[in-house]
Amino acid sequence: MAEPVLEVRGLTKHFPVRQGFMARPARVRAVDGIDFAIHAGETLGLIGESGCGKTTTSKLILLQEPPTAGSIAFEGRDIAGFKGPELMDYRRAVQVVFQDPFSSLSPRMRVEDIIAEPLEIHTELSKGAIRARVHDVLELVGLPPDVARLFPHEFSGGQRQRVAIARALATDTRLIVLDEPVSALDVSVRAQIINQLEHLQRTLGVSYLFIGHDLATVAHISDRIAVMYLGKIVEMADSDTLCKQPLHPYTKALFAAALPSHPDDPKQERTIAGEVPSALALPAGCRFHTRCPMAMPVCSEVEPPLQTRDGGQRVACHLY
Amino acid sequence: MSTIATRPVVAPRTASGRLARFVKAAREAPLVAIVLLGGLVFMAIFAELIAPYDPTVPVPGATMFDPPFWMEGGRTTMILGSDFQGRDVLSRLIYGARVSLIVGLMGTLVAGGIGTALGILAGYVGGWVDQIIMRITDAWLALPAIVFAIFLAAMIGPSMWNIIIILGAVYWTRYARVIRGEVLSLRERDFVKLAEIAGASRFRVIKRHILPNVMNTATVLASLTVGVVIIAEASLSFLGVGVPPPQPAWGLMLAEARPTLMAGQWWLTVFPGVCILLIVLATQLFGDWLRVRLDPQQRNL
Repeated sequence: MAEPVLEVRGLTKHFPVRQGFMARPARVRAVDGIDFAIHAGETLGLIGESGCGKTTTSKLILLQEPPTAGSIAFEGRDIAGFKGPELMDYRRAVQVVFQDPFSSLSPRMRVEDIIAEPLEIHTELSKGAIRARVHDVLELVGLPPDVARLFPHEFSGGQRQRVAIARALATDTRLIVLDEPVSALDVSVRAQIINQLEHLQRTLGVSYLFIGHDLATVAHISDRIAVMYLGKIVEMADSDTLCKQPLHPYTKALFAAALPSHPDDPKQERTIAGEVPSALALPAGCRFHTRCPMAMPVCSEVEPPLQTRDGGQRVACHLY
Repeated sequence: MSTIATRPVVAPRTASGRLARFVKAAREAPLVAIVLLGGLVFMAIFAELIAPYDPTVPVPGATMFDPPFWMEGGRTTMILGSDFQGRDVLSRLIYGARVSLIVGLMGTLVAGGIGTALGILAGYVGGWVDQIIMRITDAWLALPAIVFAIFLAAMIGPSMWNIIIILGAVYWTRYARVIRGEVLSLRERDFVKLAEIAGASRFRVIKRHILPNVMNTATVLASLTVGVVIIAEASLSFLGVGVPPPQPAWGLMLAEARPTLMAGQWWLTVFPGVCILLIVLATQLFGDWLRVRLDPQQRNL
């Protein structure tokens, strides 16, 4: 198989916290040694509850925070060492779409200036060429080019998100981090944006890292899915495999918590109890054992490694 | 791409809509402030044409301490009377508006420029740069403004342009503090992060994203500082370290009239005093209106 666009190995991010004056400095283990790879034209879904480290992972990839340990390689080269032109190349190739389309577009800039910004930074294009490119990407995301002169407040949430996607596509982007791009939108608009994203991927061959907490959305758009729980990947598989045959009790619980597709379908009664444990004081052994319905004695003692099973499905659980 | 195309619904920008908006804005405008400020600005700009006499030399034929025209001994050629040198009070007031407005506006500009620049630097760069700038700001704030200004004025000597620089150097602290706070919250906004992720340099982020978003705050602060700076200028002139005589400045006129205040020449103090009051009142009213107008939370769309 070809070299992955992005390869993450043993990625770890710990945040130091002081709880009190005399207290020993503690660490929030936001991301605790995760591995995954994204290939060209592929979508990797990253799913988990709030606070499981999804967004921290995206910050690390976007060089917003330095990792505590581990490496991120972009097209085979470690991004930690990027400087000068190399760094600018990376900044040009990797873009992001945030969750809140009301905060991610500057209220004082016209849409054309918002979309043109990466082009102005990375290219020597003339004003006319930039404008032409802006019109092209607006059309790509399904907006008429004459909206370029408008301000963000003249758009609806879904349209703003389209503008944000257009901006992410303006340079020759190879990877877009989609950090809950549809969570703030209502359901009908959500479907439109998801379809648009899939369409763009087919035409442009761009890769996505799709971060979300809504199982149905993530499963729909992703080729492969990684399920995160408290900073660790607990299961990773092809989207279809994962939906048909979830292995990890946490993944099963996530599916059980999702609404059935038909209102008359019986709803599975297997929801997990309790709250996510604090990332400051992680449970010993398997991180999920405090809430797991199938917990065994070994679970509170030994942390299960992520093991590959037949068919490439990977799961970190003592049951298998 | 037609299947999933979408188009924003935007109110049409018609001529009648623009007119309606103008009428609405005009109705809400602070009339008192605009009339007062407009009159003072007009006086300052066209002082040569309006003032009946040269403000710096005695009016030929006039005596000292002529009262206003409606009092006994007053003359209609000098409607607000004359001062201790026989100079026309009205002409000096008219020219004095020029000094007050220039110092008020330019001083505010200097203060706003220094304060906004330092505030953005402290807020956006953060770390030890922030620490150093904010500790200097704290130290600056601890000094009593007028005493500090007198000290500086005594050092570099009195002149109108020196006063502008001094008042700018004294009043920048408020801008630095407020703007820094604003920048701290802006820095965490997604569009600033997006610019950084897209590879924008610090300078570019400040120019394109930070500065345009703090301009409202800076403008409001400026409109409220103009009055303070005008009073400070009058105070310095009154204390003899401001605009040097014989240049006509309102604070200076007060100082010159002080010895004879008890002798019954009330017009020499009352008129400049009223002028200072009106200009400060007008700028404050205008600033208040601007604050409400530019604050999106208080503006009804």
